[in-house]
Amino acid sequence: MSFLTVTNLSARLKGTGFPILRRVSLSVAAGQVHGLVGESGAGKSMIGKAVLGILPSSVEITEGRIELDGVDLLSLPLKERRRRIGATAALIPQDPLTALNPSRRIAPQVTDRLVDILGWARARANARALELLHEVQIPDPERVLRSYPHELSGGMRQRILIASAFAAEPKLIVADEPTTALDVTVQKQILKLIAEMQARHGTALLFVTHDLGVVSKVCQSLSVLYGGMVVEDTPVRDFFRAPAHAYSRALLAATPKYTDPMASLVPVPEAVIAGVQAELAAFDRGARHG
Amino acid sequence: MADGRAQIRRRAGPRLWLSALWLGLLALAALLAPWIAPKDPLAQDLFLGRLPPFWAAGAEPGYWLGTDSLGRDVLSRLIHGARLALTVALVAGSITCLIGATLGLLAGYLRGWVDIVISRAIDIWMAFPPVLFSILLIAVLGPGLSSIIIAIVVIDWTRFARVVRAEAMAQGAMDYVASAQVAGRSRLSTMVTEILPNVLPTIVVLLTLEMGIAVIVEAILSFVNLSISTDDPTWGGMIAEGRTSIHQAWWVLIFPLIALFLTVLSFSQLGEGLKDRYDPVLR
Amino acid sequence: MQLLRTFLLRLLTTAITLIGVAVIVFVVIRVVPGNPIAMMLPPGATDEDIARLTAQYGLDKPIPEQFLIWASGVLQGDFGTSITARQPVLDLVLGRLPATLELSIMALVIAVILGGVMALTGTRARGTKVEAGIDVANGMALSVPDFLWGLVLILLFGVLVPVFHISGRVTPSLDLPFTTNFYLFESVLRLRFDLWADIVSHMFMPALALAIPLAAIIGQLLKQSLKETMHLDYVTLSRTKGYGENHVITREALPNAILPTLTLVGVQFTFLIGGTVIIERLFSYEGLGNMAIDAVINRDLPLIQGIVILFAVIFTAVNLVVDLSYALLNPRLRHG
Repeated sequence: MSFLTVTNLSARLKGTGFPILRRVSLSVAAGQVHGLVGESGAGKSMIGKAVLGILPSSVEITEGRIELDGVDLLSLPLKERRRRIGATAALIPQDPLTALNPSRRIAPQVTDRLVDILGWARARANARALELLHEVQIPDPERVLRSYPHELSGGMRQRILIASAFAAEPKLIVADEPTTALDVTVQKQILKLIAEMQARHGTALLFVTHDLGVVSKVCQSLSVLYGGMVVEDTPVRDFFRAPAHAYSRALLAATPKYTDPMASLVPVPEAVIAGVQAELAAFDRGARHG
Repeated sequence: MADGRAQIRRRAGPRLWLSALWLGLLALAALLAPWIAPKDPLAQDLFLGRLPPFWAAGAEPGYWLGTDSLGRDVLSRLIHGARLALTVALVAGSITCLIGATLGLLAGYLRGWVDIVISRAIDIWMAFPPVLFSILLIAVLGPGLSSIIIAIVVIDWTRFARVVRAEAMAQGAMDYVASAQVAGRSRLSTMVTEILPNVLPTIVVLLTLEMGIAVIVEAILSFVNLSISTDDPTWGGMIAEGRTSIHQAWWVLIFPLIALFLTVLSFSQLGEGLKDRYDPVLR
Repeated sequence: MQLLRTFLLRLLTTAITLIGVAVIVFVVIRVVPGNPIAMMLPPGATDEDIARLTAQYGLDKPIPEQFLIWASGVLQGDFGTSITARQPVLDLVLGRLPATLELSIMALVIAVILGGVMALTGTRARGTKVEAGIDVANGMALSVPDFLWGLVLILLFGVLVPVFHISGRVTPSLDLPFTTNFYLFESVLRLRFDLWADIVSHMFMPALALAIPLAAIIGQLLKQSLKETMHLDYVTLSRTKGYGENHVITREALPNAILPTLTLVGVQFTFLIGGTVIIERLFSYEGLGNMAIDAVINRDLPLIQGIVILFAVIFTAVNLVVDLSYALLNPRLRHG
């Protein structure tokens, strides 16, 4: 049974009405890792944000359902929706340098959800924080918990954010390009850590990335996006063996090999872009009529 | 971003025009005061003391906004008071602007000891309570229009110098200035031709704000009875008179207060409007 | 170490500023036309009397020498003797200082509360008509100075709906048991809430007049700063944790938004204190500013000097405290 189901989700910019998401459907089964890939602006991050209820205020959802653990989030009032998301899902953000509050120590930033939303006693939450920091292999966790964010390195902060995301044993975690902002040397370690944590805790993971190499390593299934539309939704094994859509094939060809990041950067051919844009236009016409 | 700014501009529109309208009316009243004022602003008539404005019971025809305790016509004094207020605003504002902006420009662009001296002076000036300082200066200089203007200039030049200095410093660090200097121009000519035009919008905005401030300073000095001779109609003097008889004749206070309020608000709205429109820095 | 050196440097420039203020005041008031001594004596006093008294106040010596005498006195805590009151300047000034301090601090508290509420409400209601309304109110409060707000308040709450006192510091007929001049503070300590209410009712209008422009500045800066902070990732992250918007604004955004506002508020607070001079006059409030205007009108040179120096000391002290607290509150500077 899938833990997260998104059905026909559409969103657009307020004012201009520019479409951000076009009837996106996808589902993530409990304990599975689902990748969301696409170029920048394809809408992959927006899906993650919509699921967690943190879309920018300039974007509005026009139709569709987001079901988390069987509950339609969009039908809930804001406050309740936030609590529900906070209790069952979590985010691993993109940039660890800006995702920790600079004026608060680390400990409360890891434990606040446990205490305030889930009602844990502070001592229990603190013990949990210590345990989590051990788990994400942070040396000298007692000292780190007392530190301020600016005293720690980027890799260290991302480990803390991962620990914080797993703190409440959520059923779903959205990882929004969690390694893009890091040094290349650290990227691999963090990726490995996320994969290990996910496996150990059995959490469903929605993994937003532009890197198909990463997808091949951690995901079981993926959705390829273009212009806010899902062009292909398939198990990873099938995708890398034989991508069904022309755009997917081009994207795969344009992806550098993990072993040699600078090699074979083939741009997506213009003919493929023209093809997928024609599909978008046809889709919009269809949406208007139906 | 782009449409956000357009919204600000749209909102600034009517405010800008209303402000300009009020200031225009004021300028007209000031210019034509002897012809449009219904009465002699100095004429006293103790039998007609504290007449209420035209809509209240007991009003006397011809005294539209009532009279003060000496029987002087409030409307006529208001119109004549606009003369002084606007004179002070224009003259004191411009001189303050000229001196303050020049010093700020020199300090920010030339740097070195010029900057040290001017910055230190600004620090010292900032440690003075401005109102007390102006009252002190008037006491020293003696009452009169020129004293008021001198006092405003002496106190408020730092308002321009501080902002323009910072601005000139930022501009001076930019590439186009360096290239102008490489081209062999003198420092002073670079300052006037390259820096000044870029700082000018900021200066103009500050100038409109300063005019509003000058009107207030004049009113404050008149209020503590240190402005011009006590008979001359000034808004501050009328307010001082109104404050003492507030429980008997509220209209003596309220009309000059409204005039002052609208004038100060108009100058600052004018400044805000110009800022939204033309100034890339303060915006 | 770094912090200590910055602090010592600031102390040095502060000293230079204060000396500059002293010199300027000293020179300016000695150019005063009219002999202040002649004004104190009854009509018909002889030139000899005047000369004797002039010498007694040291006003016959050259200005640089007068300054040195005065400065060496100041360093020993002697600010000279008031010409009109014939009492030590220091006693007079310190006697009035509590009234002005209480007024300024009450105004600051009102400004912080008003400005904070405006900023938080505006942020909570961003993009709505409520926010637009707050912006307009802020803009107006900002463009109109305290003097005019004082007059408006006098008309509104002194005459139209007379709920507050608009003159004096306390009802004169009341029997005051106080041993210090901190009336507001001492009335609380002595649990005399009847007196406290009377004092607050006298102070509220002048304090509000002083507070309105500062409240607008705080409201505007804090709201701007909050709105910028609300876009940051850690605020978004806190939303995903299940917190409501009020918590996100006050707990996550506010602590970081306050810092940039603080330094500017420091300078603005000195402007507020400077404003007490005319506001005290307007509300016949017996503080330093009112005394200063009387001193100028009476040409009481030693008293004017003392008051101006005291104001300068207060201003520079406020700036120093703000800079220090900025350094102490910012974890980056504290541990860096």
